[in-house]
Amino acid sequence: MKERVIIVGASHAAAQLATSLRQEGWQGEILMIGDEPDAPYQRPPLSKGYLCGERDAESLLIRPAEAYTQHGIELVSGRRVVQVDRSAKQVVMENGERRSYHKLALCTGARARRLTVPGADLVGVHYLRTLADVDGIRDQVAEGCRVVIIGGGYIGLESAAALRKLGADVSVLEVQSRVLARVTAPQVSAFYQRVHTEEGVAIYTDWSVVAVEGHSVVTGVIGADGRRLSADLVIVGIGVIPNVELAEQSGLKADNGIWVDEYAATADPDIYAAGDCANHPSRLGGRRLRLESVPNAMEQAKSAAAGICGRQQCYDGYPWFWSDQYDLKLQIAGLSEGYDRVVLRGEEQSGRSFVAWYLRGNQLLAADCINRPKEFMVARQLLARSLSVDVALLSDDAVDPKEFLSI
Amino acid sequence: MPIIHYIEPNGAEYEVEVPVGHTVMQGAVDNMIDGILAECGGVCSCATCHCYVDEEWYGRVGEPQGAEKMMLEMVPSPEPTSRLSCQIKVTEALDGLVVRLPSSQY
Repeated sequence: MKERVIIVGASHAAAQLATSLRQEGWQGEILMIGDEPDAPYQRPPLSKGYLCGERDAESLLIRPAEAYTQHGIELVSGRRVVQVDRSAKQVVMENGERRSYHKLALCTGARARRLTVPGADLVGVHYLRTLADVDGIRDQVAEGCRVVIIGGGYIGLESAAALRKLGADVSVLEVQSRVLARVTAPQVSAFYQRVHTEEGVAIYTDWSVVAVEGHSVVTGVIGADGRRLSADLVIVGIGVIPNVELAEQSGLKADNGIWVDEYAATADPDIYAAGDCANHPSRLGGRRLRLESVPNAMEQAKSAAAGICGRQQCYDGYPWFWSDQYDLKLQIAGLSEGYDRVVLRGEEQSGRSFVAWYLRGNQLLAADCINRPKEFMVARQLLARSLSVDVALLSDDAVDPKEFLSI
Repeated sequence: MPIIHYIEPNGAEYEVEVPVGHTVMQGAVDNMIDGILAECGGVCSCATCHCYVDEEWYGRVGEPQGAEKMMLEMVPSPEPTSRLSCQIKVTEALDGLVVRLPSSQY
């Protein structure tokens, strides 16, 4: 038998892993098994261009399905892997079919965290993680439709922006005292709250949902203090849970993600993991991280592919993220966790363009760049090269950001 | 269908057909050409699809605008004909286009 790599999942990580295996010179078989009906597609546009109808499903495909076939990659769609049998080196699919692997890559991703309050299973309560989820929302949304979004994180806010484009009446409910509380500074939260309000979104903070109301179909949500909001549609965006069950059941360590080393390898020399499902050691503060982002999925997948081909490639890049809402292009470099001060560049209380630099002492940890692509590119270089920064320069909008690199 | 030529830093050349309306970035990704990472999927957010447009073609491709222009100022090894390939839409007029890929994207 020709040697075979099996990739469980058909995600960004999986698509990159398969590509990188060929680029690394893997001559054996590659089998990719995904439980969704589609070839690997881009998830980020789901809450943006796809939700508001600017992009179609075909344009979301990372590459056409035929491209995999042309490169000798077998893609099995709509089939769930239910077990990894490590002693037999086989995966077991839900129909009982077994396929043998020489090397295995787990790119199982994450799933939307479910709302658990009474009424959460009513018709009209939606999640936003897959193409099918968004198709379900689009089938139901019409102009003037009342949409309540539970969760003021990136998914919730991006959805709100897309739904406003469709003319929906949108409310966002956030349990904390500000939107994006987990990931940004108060100034950035206040900025997003202002822009969404200007765009006609009603934002309710300190609002926890205790029940979803309706008989068979949702009609509203009830808050902890008894307040009620009418809704024709509810979208829940309260985070994701990594899909670690296959790894865990086969005896591999998983704790907030499948544990891998800096080469994307698990403790089993024949099993790798990459993407949203993987938890890796990071040089950022010497801790373990599980990141939910496409760049992370792609870079980690490359390390996994290299490892499978017998070449160690360390994954230690600085993370970055992006979020498009209305005319706002937010690009985030680094991780702000652990910052002790925020320095602003530009005006955040009016207009739509500024930078929030996150520092610990004089060390730059991260930057939220809103309609500031040049600063974003500079921030990534500052982080990658661990350059020291001059705080006075960072906040001076008259200084070309290029100058930050020449200190 | 227009043919686009992608030249890797080591001189290896790929000649692929890219449908009108697709981007030069998508043409590379569809054909698994190394060197165009396209982490953001074509929304001009990452600058990992940087390419050098052949001088002869640059006039027809045109200059970068807005966010693309600002990001190109800060990519590793920019050149006067640098573009982000996700922002170049393929047209019949670009049949035969030649782009070189930077070594920093490997």
